[in-house]
Amino acid sequence: MDNQMNTSENLYGVGALFKDPNKIVKVVEKLVELGYKHWDVHSSYPLHGIPKRMRLKWSPLGYVALILGLTGTLTGLFLTWWTMSVDYPLTIGGKPWFSFPAFVPVLFELTVLLASVGTAIVMLFIIFKFPNNQHPLHDTEYINKVSVDHFGVFIEAKDELFELEKVKSLFNDFGADEIIEIAYDRNEVTFKPKVFDVKFISFLVVIAIITSSVAYLFNNKILYLPPFDFMLKQFRLGPQESSTFFADGFGMRKPPAGTVARNQEFYPFKNKPDEAGMKLVNPLLATQENLELGRNKFNTFCSPCHGWRGEGDSRLNGQFPNPPSLHSEKVRNWTDGRIYHVIMEGQNVMPSYASQLTEKERWAVILYIRSLQRALNAKQEDIQ
Amino acid sequence: MIQENLVINYQRKPLPEKLFKLGLLLLVVGFVGVVLAYITNSARASFNLLVVFTWIASIGVGSMFFIGIEYLTGAVWSVPFRRVAEITASFVLVLPILAIPILSSIHSLYHWSHTEAVQVDQILKNKSAYLNQTFFIVRLFITLLLWFLFYYLFTSISRKQDKSFDQSLTKKNTIVSAVFMPVFAVTLTFFAIDWLMSLEPHWYSTIFGVYYFAGSFLAALGVFTFVSISLNENGFLVDGLGSEHYYSMGALIFAFTNFWAYIAFSQFMLIWYANLPEETFWFINRGVGSWLYFSIGIIFVKFIVPYILLLPQPAKMDPLRLKIAALWVLFAHYYDLFWVVMPTYSKGGVPFGWMELVFPVFTVGLLIVLFYIFAKNVNLVPIGDPKLKRGLEFHL
Repeated sequence: MDNQMNTSENLYGVGALFKDPNKIVKVVEKLVELGYKHWDVHSSYPLHGIPKRMRLKWSPLGYVALILGLTGTLTGLFLTWWTMSVDYPLTIGGKPWFSFPAFVPVLFELTVLLASVGTAIVMLFIIFKFPNNQHPLHDTEYINKVSVDHFGVFIEAKDELFELEKVKSLFNDFGADEIIEIAYDRNEVTFKPKVFDVKFISFLVVIAIITSSVAYLFNNKILYLPPFDFMLKQFRLGPQESSTFFADGFGMRKPPAGTVARNQEFYPFKNKPDEAGMKLVNPLLATQENLELGRNKFNTFCSPCHGWRGEGDSRLNGQFPNPPSLHSEKVRNWTDGRIYHVIMEGQNVMPSYASQLTEKERWAVILYIRSLQRALNAKQEDIQ
Repeated sequence: MIQENLVINYQRKPLPEKLFKLGLLLLVVGFVGVVLAYITNSARASFNLLVVFTWIASIGVGSMFFIGIEYLTGAVWSVPFRRVAEITASFVLVLPILAIPILSSIHSLYHWSHTEAVQVDQILKNKSAYLNQTFFIVRLFITLLLWFLFYYLFTSISRKQDKSFDQSLTKKNTIVSAVFMPVFAVTLTFFAIDWLMSLEPHWYSTIFGVYYFAGSFLAALGVFTFVSISLNENGFLVDGLGSEHYYSMGALIFAFTNFWAYIAFSQFMLIWYANLPEETFWFINRGVGSWLYFSIGIIFVKFIVPYILLLPQPAKMDPLRLKIAALWVLFAHYYDLFWVVMPTYSKGGVPFGWMELVFPVFTVGLLIVLFYIFAKNVNLVPIGDPKLKRGLEFHL
């Protein structure tokens, strides 16, 4: 030991080495009887029955594990409840959003994870004072022998009953094979917790950077490279892909003739504009709310071609043929149903807007067009 | 042959006569009740007897499993108590007597035993190669024969050692245990499928054998723990047994409580998740009317209460708390089997009356009497076992 200091001043304690474990039992009983408090037994394997004879108290680590485990359960409960039933509710298998049986495995795993990892961390950082790794017994002859073929009893000098000569003679009485005095190392006297050391913190940061970049590279890059991308290549078609299976070569299929998909409306006036004009009636009233909706949708979907006020002044700079004005005699005389038909089916170069606008929105747009027509062709009584 | 250092100081002490009288009283009172039950409502009585039958089988064959793992793992802590497990394993011997009234009322218990009902039911028709009366009785016969054989081998070899102190007998029983393990796994699975699962012949659960095993071993451990501690406290065993042996028993009960919960939840969750009508109806039947509260109760009775009782370390060392936990576990297994069997008899509500009370009284009396008879002429400690001394010196 280069940095070992003067023994007599910085004595940590005295250790006795025995070759016979039965002698240890007698020493232990004697030390308990005399009332020593700061002492320990060292062995390279568990000596059954010694903890009981040493009158050791039960470790409080069990309570730590219990509290951490319960924390894990509650964390799991919060996680599953928040993600599955509040923040992003998904209906899975027709089960309620808060399906407790499905969450039990998550709660169980988090309980075990937090209890085990948390207990190990508490043990390392709080009880063993990691990353400080020096202990007065570290790297001494005493601990070397104890971890090979001896059994040791060690009494610390800070014990109230400690007297060097008395302890040594006690050990000798019980037939110790060897008695060793151990002193503090210099850096053990000037103990400083290393948890907040720049070195240790930067070590943690480096580890964090390495693990997160590996995780990032793996999940975002490597998995997309051959041969690891096999999960991406599956025998199924994506949207818009062609198919060699169907005769027409389309991967996306049309619904069979004469069927209507669920939640899809049925439009009975296909290719019958006049019938639509006669039979369809606007179900909406010209309220503020409906007109606001109509203006919003008109400005979004209609105004690029028809212009802000429906005058046929498109903002497309001639890339697309301009539609006729919505203020012509013809359109003004159309019924709401006739306009609805144009939105549903399209007309000339105008495509159908059935998939962009819902039924209510279409009628609202028509209300808004009516109000535009009224505004640009106001009658005398409107002013009054 | 006798090694002096292995001989321990054991004086055989006869069990008190009072115990036998108590058992006999319960047995007679219970038996009168059982006969009355058969006279008033034989169908209901048969279902209750089935609960009793499977409960006793659990304890008997679970004790044999306990003996088996002791030999196979070379455990030492349980050696001073092994004779207790050997005596409780004798409960399997009473099974054929109990099976006769059940088999005679097979038509009120098992739907598949009605040939005319099977003829019109395609599913049962497909299963009829397995589920028919002849094969059912053949399977019972083979199962009981195997259990009796291993019971005889285990106990006779162990008793021989009491006199000869021959170490090679331990080796012999280890080999018997190794053969017993796969036999146990297969017979217990078939037993659970035949007697419990086939009550609902349309239903199936691949984990059901393990489910019954988990409860069985728990019940056997409950009896083992209660009897061992009681005997030790009253000085029927040898000196030197104490809290560290008790701790091992408590830890085993605690572990298997968790194991049962794991298995039971696995069975429930898979059926709940897949939501297939041919599987879910079994649980739906147990959620109708008062069965719902009974089903929720099983979570508390069989998992939460024993879990909390045995979680603290001192609880596993304190004989009184451990005895309470052991009896509770035994009761919980009865509750569990009642929950498995009875909904077939009464859909929509838990049947509970004097009939449900006389059967446990009868059973407890029967088991006390059996224990007394089988414990009468044997040493309560396997004094010839070479591991006994190490078992006495066991420390955690």
